Amino acid sequence: MKPSIFGYEAPTSLEDAIRLLAGDTDAVVLAGGQTLLPAMNFRAANPSLLVDIQHIQGLRGIAVGADGIVVKAMVRHREFELDQDVLCANPLVAEVIQHVAHVPIRTRGTVVGSLCHADPSAEIPLLLVLLGGSVIAQGPSGTREIAAEDFFQSFLTTARSHDEIVIEARFPLLPRRAGWAFDEVTRRHGDYAVVGVGCVVSLDGSGCAERVRLAACGIADRPIRLKDAEAILTGTALGISDLDAAAEASVAAVTQPDDINVSQSYRRRALGALIRRMVVKAAQRAGSAQHAESVA
Amino acid sequence: MSTRMFGARIERNIDPKLLRGEGAFVDDIPLSDALHVAFLRSPHARARINAIDTAAAKAHPGVVAVYTCDDIGALDVEMPLLIPHPSMTNPQTQRPLARGDVHYVGQTVAMVVAVDRYTAEDAAAMIEVDYAPLAVEMDMIRALQDGAPRVHASIPNNLAAHFVQSSGDPDGAFAAAEHVTRITVQVDRSTAAPMECRAVAARWEAVTGELTVWDGTQAPISVRGGLASVFGIDEDKVRVIAPDVGGGFGQKVLLFYPDELLVPMAAMQLGRPVKYIEDRRENFIGSSQERTQIHTIELAALKSGEVIGLRDFFLHDTGAFIPYGIAVAQVASTSIAGPYRIPNILVEFKAVYTPTVQVTPYRGCGRPQACFAIERAMDQLAQELGLDRFEIRRRNLIADNQFPYAREGLLFADGLKVTLDSGQYGKALAMAAAELGAESFAAAQAKALSEGRYLGLGLACYVEGTGLGPYEGGHVKIHPITGKVYVNTGLSTQGQGHDTVFAQIVADQLGVSPQDVIVVEGDTKAFDWGVATFASRAAVVSGNAIHKTAVTVRKKVLQAAANMLDVDIDSIELRDSAAWVKGSNRFVPLAAIATASNPLRYAFNKAAQAATQFAPASKHDGPPLAEGEAPGLEATDYYSPSQSTWAYGVHAAVVEVDPGLCTVKIRKYVCIHDCGNMINPMLVEGQVMGGIAQGIGGALYEHLDYQADGNLANASLMDFLVPYATEIPDVSILHLETPSPLNPLGVKGVGEAGCIAVGAVVASGVEDALRPFGALKFHQVPLSPTMIADALERAGH
Amino acid sequence: MTRPMKQAGSARSGDAQVDVELTVNGEAIRRSVSVRMLLSDFLRHELGLTGTHVGCEHGVCGCCTVLIDGKPGRSCLTLAVQANGYSIRTIESVAAADGTLHPVQQAFKECHGLQCGYCTPGMVMNVLGRFEEEGPLDLSDDGIRELLSGNLCRCTGYLNIVAAVRRAAELLGRS
Ligand SMILES: Cc1cc2nc3c(=O)[nH]c(=O)nc-3n(C[C@H](O)[C@H](O)[C@H](O)COP(=O)(O)OP(=O)(O)OC[C@H]3O[C@@H](n4cnc5c(N)ncnc54)[C@H](O)[C@@H]3O)c2cc1C
Ligand code: FES
Ligand code: FES
Repeated sequence: MKPSIFGYEAPTSLEDAIRLLAGDTDAVVLAGGQTLLPAMNFRAANPSLLVDIQHIQGLRGIAVGADGIVVKAMVRHREFELDQDVLCANPLVAEVIQHVAHVPIRTRGTVVGSLCHADPSAEIPLLLVLLGGSVIAQGPSGTREIAAEDFFQSFLTTARSHDEIVIEARFPLLPRRAGWAFDEVTRRHGDYAVVGVGCVVSLDGSGCAERVRLAACGIADRPIRLKDAEAILTGTALGISDLDAAAEASVAAVTQPDDINVSQSYRRRALGALIRRMVVKAAQRAGSAQHAESVA
Repeated sequence: MSTRMFGARIERNIDPKLLRGEGAFVDDIPLSDALHVAFLRSPHARARINAIDTAAAKAHPGVVAVYTCDDIGALDVEMPLLIPHPSMTNPQTQRPLARGDVHYVGQTVAMVVAVDRYTAEDAAAMIEVDYAPLAVEMDMIRALQDGAPRVHASIPNNLAAHFVQSSGDPDGAFAAAEHVTRITVQVDRSTAAPMECRAVAARWEAVTGELTVWDGTQAPISVRGGLASVFGIDEDKVRVIAPDVGGGFGQKVLLFYPDELLVPMAAMQLGRPVKYIEDRRENFIGSSQERTQIHTIELAALKSGEVIGLRDFFLHDTGAFIPYGIAVAQVASTSIAGPYRIPNILVEFKAVYTPTVQVTPYRGCGRPQACFAIERAMDQLAQELGLDRFEIRRRNLIADNQFPYAREGLLFADGLKVTLDSGQYGKALAMAAAELGAESFAAAQAKALSEGRYLGLGLACYVEGTGLGPYEGGHVKIHPITGKVYVNTGLSTQGQGHDTVFAQIVADQLGVSPQDVIVVEGDTKAFDWGVATFASRAAVVSGNAIHKTAVTVRKKVLQAAANMLDVDIDSIELRDSAAWVKGSNRFVPLAAIATASNPLRYAFNKAAQAATQFAPASKHDGPPLAEGEAPGLEATDYYSPSQSTWAYGVHAAVVEVDPGLCTVKIRKYVCIHDCGNMINPMLVEGQVMGGIAQGIGGALYEHLDYQADGNLANASLMDFLVPYATEIPDVSILHLETPSPLNPLGVKGVGEAGCIAVGAVVASGVEDALRPFGALKFHQVPLSPTMIADALERAGH
Repeated sequence: MTRPMKQAGSARSGDAQVDVELTVNGEAIRRSVSVRMLLSDFLRHELGLTGTHVGCEHGVCGCCTVLIDGKPGRSCLTLAVQANGYSIRTIESVAAADGTLHPVQQAFKECHGLQCGYCTPGMVMNVLGRFEEEGPLDLSDDGIRELLSGNLCRCTGYLNIVAAVRRAAELLGRS
């Protein structure tokens, strides 16, 4: 299990990196390597050239602003997880990231690398979709912003073109007074999600759901919003029958066939259970946020 | 040194070295100028090889040699059938490199030797093989049918072995039964997955004609004998060293794996050291596996719950080859009645060839399957008769006064009659119930249910025949300079802590601290009589051999000390590395006694002065070394058990099942076990806990997923789910110590114990937890979320 | 077969070599290596630091865990060239020069937290890295198990490793 031979470049400017990518259709970006290197060790990936982006100026750091959190390409999962400003601005982030692999992987793997890899079972892509975030890609002809739902196209496939580098990801903040929740089933702690569900709920004054966002990973060829369920739940008091209806409406979203871990029908069951639980949990948090605000 | 070391919780001698990163595993041994091996392995489960083209690989820069079956001369023969048995017809073993046909995905087809492993892998990928794929049948039941695709062209119905044994009068028992219960259960394919994969390195010294092989094996002496025979060299010219070995669990006891022959061959041919470090993928597809058995078991019972007869028929998957004979199936078949009296037994099995890597023992060796069958059947019987699960077991356990309890007609894997030697089975069951809180469990279960939580109680008993022969030896020597005690034995360690327990045994006899006992094993130059580490036998067989030897050395020490101190033997005591005249402060250090016991000519140090023949202390009439005496304080002795000694235990657990996500959490786990006298309870608990963790893997996570075409879909640790710390619960381990009457130390083996009962416990608990949804059945492990979901769905939930 | 049949040629691999400079256990190192050499192989076979073990080469087992710029990371999922400029710490640097065990190592010994010892260096480096990380440590049973997740041990069943982490916290005055 040793990688086959490849070329290696470690440019210090984005332009050089993009030029290198553009010049070789089998060149790939190397960020944290936590996905690429296992694949290369198995010789499942055999790139001709690795363009290591770690030394490029300007690809480090997290910025938390009023309109969201900007995560640069070389930010590791662990930095994102432990960043105190992020924790205040969007506590969902830490809740999600704890489920990504294990600390020694998170110290090396990057947030943006996870997005670019676009594993349909991965948690970070789900987070971007759930929050309605975007990525900024830079290529030979400049930069463009790609919305999360456009970015993830299918299994391990994104809208990024070969010679583009994703320089940052933008994660919106949670709406004020929103409640949030994320959980997943895995066969083993730290593994990719068999099914994962994230939820953000805002309540109106009467305690009904004013706005519901739900997204899932592990069930299709990409992370997806559960829009039918969102529509069913919006405006309701999130009672048991509402939850059941939302779960029922999501069954068809599960297109992932039986695999070595679980069957498709298992995924449907688990998705329903997670939707019910995450909506309730998010609503409870929204309720206490509302309560805290009204007390204050 | 009055405190007894036997039985003490002593920290391990080997730990500081391992903790500092100074362990020497095979790939850590510096071999300058070494070449590296990679194998080309079959991508097909069955295929005919039409042609192999190695030209491109040979021309690749950095490649030194490429071998196919045509290039390995006398080695191109079938490897040994290690354990012959008449139940096998035409047993098949593998050739080092495939000739003609391949029989499983992962079978070695060609070997590349290159300057580094990276290059060797490059070249292996350049070898072109023209395969004509053949049909395969992965299902054992279908594989036995007429016309099924064959794993070996010469073997119809893929039948590898067929064996029947019986004890008592099973037909009579079934005729007399008031109730018969019948159940079919399955345990799936798994693998040991030691953290260090297998590894072999070899160096050939042309000048001296000596071959040195470092092999992460559990059987260095046996490998040595095999290599000497294959290469036609004198045994003394072959040295096999099993250095530090990163876990074995049975997988490393097979001989030979192809690399164990081909790496030494290449080293001899190429005149440079050669190394093969198996990678994880190869460990999954190329190293032995175990477990798939499908049992249909019937119990003939009285209304009281007493089981008077048992019939078990099972299929055993032996993989594509059967080098280890029927050992796994035979252990399963003879463990089937567990700790129960059941006087009338019929066991029959068929071993079936499947196009997969060979099956040889993995920790547990057939016992987890047998335990799963009998224990699931006992649960079902209890349910049908309306009896409590503890109660039905209580009514069937062998009573303390019934030992030794023989099962006439059942021969164990050592070829000897199954005879359970000692135990307190009833007490163990009661302890498990008490420790788990079985009395109050129903109330806790009801309360949890009212909160929407599903708790279940699981329970299983097991027995384990341990400490098989034929024999092991021990060598003990007191070093004349340091007074330290050197101990050797022939088998080897993969982390069990032999060095410490053997030191404890010796320390008690010689009055030294265990830290001053240096145990060297796994090196044929240090000691070259013995067999191997398997079947939970090290403490029993080597332990008793070393004990016997230490007793002999003790006698020599006492005699010599009595001479030196001029007192009776009876007034000498050994402690603090010295011999003391009891009740006085007169003593001689062991080092001095050792020196004095070796009549010297040259006084190279102070102690030696006392040992030269002109020394004032040398008082004797005859020759310096009397007839029949040997110099020094040293002895060698052997222990050969008359039969296996049977350890046993009871496991019980509270599990919680989440019916939404179909996940299982073990809330409490209790293990009561008895391995006779414990040499070091801390190490015993370590062995038991490690086994339980592997058992949990087997109960809930670890399943080798073979596809219909014979490919293994999860040949990685990413997909073959070895549990992390997060998956393993706290366990309370309680001991019983019923000495074995069979050996001087009264010990029984413990290496495999932990893993045996876990599958049955977990399935039993999950069934109990989900009872509110109906009588769901869980008759297969590992028990996956999908199985739980399917069962719930079938019950309409 | 018992005579050497030919002397192997002095073939070399065709890999291009690149220079790497990094700090390992406080020592500045400069070497020329193949671009594809994994950091685990570099440490083990170029520098002879064989205490770092290799159990899977795909990131799951944790045997190869070292401290990369102070943080636990997988040396099997890092290229030696990627580590240019990094500071690496391996198990060999943990005990004192005279061999005295570090409290984390001592705790493993006291608690019988190792059997074959193959997973142990990776375990120790991971635990050490987490103890040296800023911020609070969750030393509850679940917290410790979470901390250890990412390192497989096939021998111990983890119980004693959990105990060892608790004991190490005690020895290091952490709570
Ligand atoms: C044992 C193990 C367990 C894991 N478990 C999980 C898990 O549970 N959940 C999970 O989500 N992930 C998991 N991962 C993957 C981990 O999260 C990776 O870190 C992450 O997916 C990729 O990040 P990276 O920086 O390591 O990317 P790399 O491996 O460097 O790259 C991944 C891919 O993205 C491309 N890429 C990376 N960065 C850019 C960029 N800026 N622009 C363009 N392309 C880019 C690369 O070319 C490559 O194709 C696991 C990994 C391991 C080894
Ligand atoms: S060898 Fe690196 S994680 Fe297993
Ligand atoms: S001690 Fe053997 S793998 Fe952990």
